[in-house]
Amino acid sequence: MTNPIIEIQGLRKSFGTNEVLKGIDLQVRSGEVIAIIGKSGSGKSTLLRCINGLETFQHGSLAVDGKHLVHDNPAAMRELRQHVGMIFQSFNLFPHLTVGRNVMLAPTLVKKASADETAALARKLLERVGLAEKFDAMPDQLSGGQQQRVAIARALAMQPAVLLCDEITSALDPELVGEVLRVVESLAHDGMTLLMVTHEMNFARKVSDRVIFMHQGRVHEMGDPEQLFGAPQTAELKQFLSSLD
Amino acid sequence: MVDFTFWDIARNLLLAVRWTIALSLIAFIGGGVVGLVLLVARITKSHAARRFVAAYVQLFQGTPLLMQLFLAYFGIALLGVNTSPWVSAAVALTLYTSAFLAEIWRGCVDAVPKGQWEAAQSLALNFGEQLRYVILPQAARIAIAPTVGFLVQVIKGTALASVIGFVELTKAGAMITNATFRPFLVYGCVALLYFALCFPISLYARRLERTL
Repeated sequence: MTNPIIEIQGLRKSFGTNEVLKGIDLQVRSGEVIAIIGKSGSGKSTLLRCINGLETFQHGSLAVDGKHLVHDNPAAMRELRQHVGMIFQSFNLFPHLTVGRNVMLAPTLVKKASADETAALARKLLERVGLAEKFDAMPDQLSGGQQQRVAIARALAMQPAVLLCDEITSALDPELVGEVLRVVESLAHDGMTLLMVTHEMNFARKVSDRVIFMHQGRVHEMGDPEQLFGAPQTAELKQFLSSLD
Repeated sequence: MVDFTFWDIARNLLLAVRWTIALSLIAFIGGGVVGLVLLVARITKSHAARRFVAAYVQLFQGTPLLMQLFLAYFGIALLGVNTSPWVSAAVALTLYTSAFLAEIWRGCVDAVPKGQWEAAQSLALNFGEQLRYVILPQAARIAIAPTVGFLVQVIKGTALASVIGFVELTKAGAMITNATFRPFLVYGCVALLYFALCFPISLYARRLERTL
């Protein structure tokens, strides 16, 4: 096996006295698509947010592309975050900037790319998510599904090695979920390393290489989707899966 | 005894309005610059900086502006610096304004959703870039109306500078009263002039509040 792109060892995280991650060990290979499932409060979003440093953790280590996460070192964090893109449940587009500028902002500032370069990149990425004609629109003129696709384009503009998706369809109307998932699926096909926290079990089953079931701050069960959904081993996973039907 | 016409009174008051406007502008611009520095210090992760700004704001919000003017006037002199009413008034009003603006603006920064910080962070923007390109433009839009509204407070606050001998509108009114013995007329005119300065600004602030 080649070196893992994400390597997490013994990661523990508490909010005050409440320990939400109780020792996570996880290795992700480049190009792997991982779905993280579990009840709310199981720590799955927190784990995702630890990977790009939005949450600090107390114990353990985390490295992306061989670079260790060091919270109190802004330069190291900036370096690491260039390798890790994130898409949020609530889109978090910058409302004061046009769609095009949303995508262009980070490459312009962080990679110091020229305006022409970043504009061309933004047009290419918006076309990829099916929104080429929205370059000059403001975010609030778009539907939720369109906003989320812009957010995907914005994350891709930094050419990350890993993309984190935190319940990215949970805030969408049901009829808009499909357009966003299709974009994510195309990214998976193109070999992007994806970690997604999701409630879309059918999608997880179809797209992911590996599914992680989290329970009470631990990786409770892990395996390929057919095995995990078809033949769950633990009582907790069985109960979780049956509660979804 | 010399007779003063209404025009004499009005002309002298109008001339004095210049200094009220000048002092207001100095306080507002100086206070804005210092307030912005305080704001940035307040939202960094440094505990020491945050505590300092919190204490600074409490100090200036918790004492009368009149005392601040006295302390600036007599305090600067104590340091052995030869001070003028101009300098003391400008310093005191700048500090006072900065404390209030820092607090108003902090509220506006807090009103920007947390997700905006997180999105900017996960795009690898550093703290300065997060502030400048993502947070402050959004906070500024929220801040315009209350900031313009506060300008009215500053203009009225300059009246207190009269106690340290700064000749602005109120002080000029007092001096003219002493010469003309017509206090009601003179102070009536003074009040009208303040109103003429402040009312359009209040109106403008209210309109901004509606449109933004």
